[in-house]
Amino acid sequence: MKKKSWGKSVAVAIICMFAVFAMTGTGIAAETIKIGVAGAHSGDLASYGIPSIKAAELVVKDINAKGGILGRKVELLPEDDVCKPEVATNTATKLVSKGVHVVLGHICSGATKAALGIYNDSKIIVMSPSATNPALTHSGNYPNFYRTIASDYVQARVEVDFALDEMKFKKIAVIHDKGDYGKGLAELAKKFLEDSGKAEVVLYEGVTPGAVDYSAVIQKIRRSKAEAVIFGGYHPEASKIVMGMRKKRMKTVLISDDGVKDDTFIKVAKKYAEGVYATGPKDTSENPMTIAATEAHKKTYGSDPGAFFLNAYAATLALANAIEKAGSTDYDALSKALKTEFVETPLGKISFDERGDAIGVGISVYQVQNGVYVELK
Amino acid sequence: MEYFLEIFLGGMTRGSIYALIALGYTMVYGIIQLINFAHGEIYMIGAFTGLIVASILTLAGLNSIAILVLASVAAVIYSAAYGFTIEKLAYKPLRQAPRLSPLISAIGMSIFLQNYVLLAQTSDFLPFPSLIPEFEFMDPYAHIIGSAEVVILITTAVVMVLLTFLIKFTKIGKAMRATAQDRNMAMLVGVNVDWIISFTFVIGSATAAIGGVLIASHIGMINFYIGFIAGIKAFTAAVLGGIGSIPGAVLGSFVLGWTESFATGYVSSDYEDVFAFVLLVLILIFRPEGILGRSTTQKV
Repeated sequence: MKKKSWGKSVAVAIICMFAVFAMTGTGIAAETIKIGVAGAHSGDLASYGIPSIKAAELVVKDINAKGGILGRKVELLPEDDVCKPEVATNTATKLVSKGVHVVLGHICSGATKAALGIYNDSKIIVMSPSATNPALTHSGNYPNFYRTIASDYVQARVEVDFALDEMKFKKIAVIHDKGDYGKGLAELAKKFLEDSGKAEVVLYEGVTPGAVDYSAVIQKIRRSKAEAVIFGGYHPEASKIVMGMRKKRMKTVLISDDGVKDDTFIKVAKKYAEGVYATGPKDTSENPMTIAATEAHKKTYGSDPGAFFLNAYAATLALANAIEKAGSTDYDALSKALKTEFVETPLGKISFDERGDAIGVGISVYQVQNGVYVELK
Repeated sequence: MEYFLEIFLGGMTRGSIYALIALGYTMVYGIIQLINFAHGEIYMIGAFTGLIVASILTLAGLNSIAILVLASVAAVIYSAAYGFTIEKLAYKPLRQAPRLSPLISAIGMSIFLQNYVLLAQTSDFLPFPSLIPEFEFMDPYAHIIGSAEVVILITTAVVMVLLTFLIKFTKIGKAMRATAQDRNMAMLVGVNVDWIISFTFVIGSATAAIGGVLIASHIGMINFYIGFIAGIKAFTAAVLGGIGSIPGAVLGSFVLGWTESFATGYVSSDYEDVFAFVLLVLILIFRPEGILGRSTTQKV
């Protein structure tokens, strides 16, 4: 009995100590500008989330070395959401309770959508380097959301414009993989094609990912006499479709998205990949800021940067710039600054439109030529 | 009419792919009433063995038919060894256990093998060389049916005939049928039941491995997960045809392949699986034992 109460008082003492530390923590933190970094920092999609922490660290190190923003140091608060919507709401609540001023993240569209409501209630600006789902900006439900990556909406637009204006196709088949990403893109592409009135959508179908073969769908494409296939989805299905078409001696052009603009696609489809078009983020490797950021990453972490590194780098710069221009971390002032002020980033000179999509972040069309993706000007 | 023929042949190819895998399910079920969920993984391991051997032989500079044959032989041997080992490790110790135990053991084996290949190889898709050559005389018909598809159809037919012969007309086939009918009785008349069960796993694994190599070189890519989807479909086909029956597995596979192919060709590929499984449900409602299955009274 005696022993138990002894244990209890120790526990109380420890809690008190932590409470004191926590208080001093907030005491100092009132001085700093806190940027939450949310995304997948562990789990199977960690490779999408870790680069954004590194990007933020590099930018913040530079800013703090120059004396911070508005004379205040910048502090990063990374929080893991494992790319799961159900975890992301906790992540958001945690960050809000820690008093973050702005958030860099989240990484996956689903997790971002789940978390946004919580930030919106607390009037916190969120900027994602990678969430491409069109509804995030187009639904109008999330006025606090911004992103430094082109949405799938833009990507579908570019695909369709390319097929209609550059290639002058009249009959187009739209195929998707029934997934959120692929089907979303395909639906947009179909809508754009129908609205343009310049071409006919001769076939609109979803294929089952992982099915043994797609011979029936391919026969159907052949019968539809489509000149081109716009495919929404990832590279395994795209390579099966293109290989099947070429083996059936079809010359139908394949136009796809950044899920296919991946070297694995060329590695798997080999000679059949030749001539395939795919859209993807504009090549910015020549930009001096890109070169500098990549160099800094190599020096600090000893490796090449990972996925969405530049987008996250640009997002951190844009947030820092907006705080500086707004003169405070006030929500309305920040929103105004983000939409009016341009900032120089590795992705080019960017600002944000009314919906929160980045202006100046572009999508290019690439084509497989001699085993590599080449950007078409 | 040509379109119909294309869809028909496409469905038939898909059906024969399912058939090569479904045979293993149905044979094992027939003999020990176990649904061997690790069977899809055996198919996947066969494909990987084929890839590794083919890569080595390509470096040695052999022609593609020789590579195809040697890769298939290697895959058959390797997969058969896996089938044999799995049975000894995961199912034999549970032979007297309730029927649920070996089933769970099979699922465990399936997950284990998938992750083993994932770790030992990679999670990415790997390119598989097209080992089946494009025959020149097939060129005018290439848009209807490819050389690879013809080779798959013929191989499946040959495997079926050999298997039927093995089961109907050889001594070991007779022992297999006896074990399937009544294991204890077979034991009493001097059949080495353990040996027969091992043999069944080996044969089932070998046909799956042939399927693995042929399909991989037809599709052109593999990863650690291909066995799962193919396995589920082949299992469906085996149930459709009547699990435990060998002609049933073949017929069920073709019916499933055609259903999927025609659903895609004349309705929409969005509904491919819907049609396939609606058919399964209907058949199981009106003929619970499957198309060619025999209804057996529950043993007490």
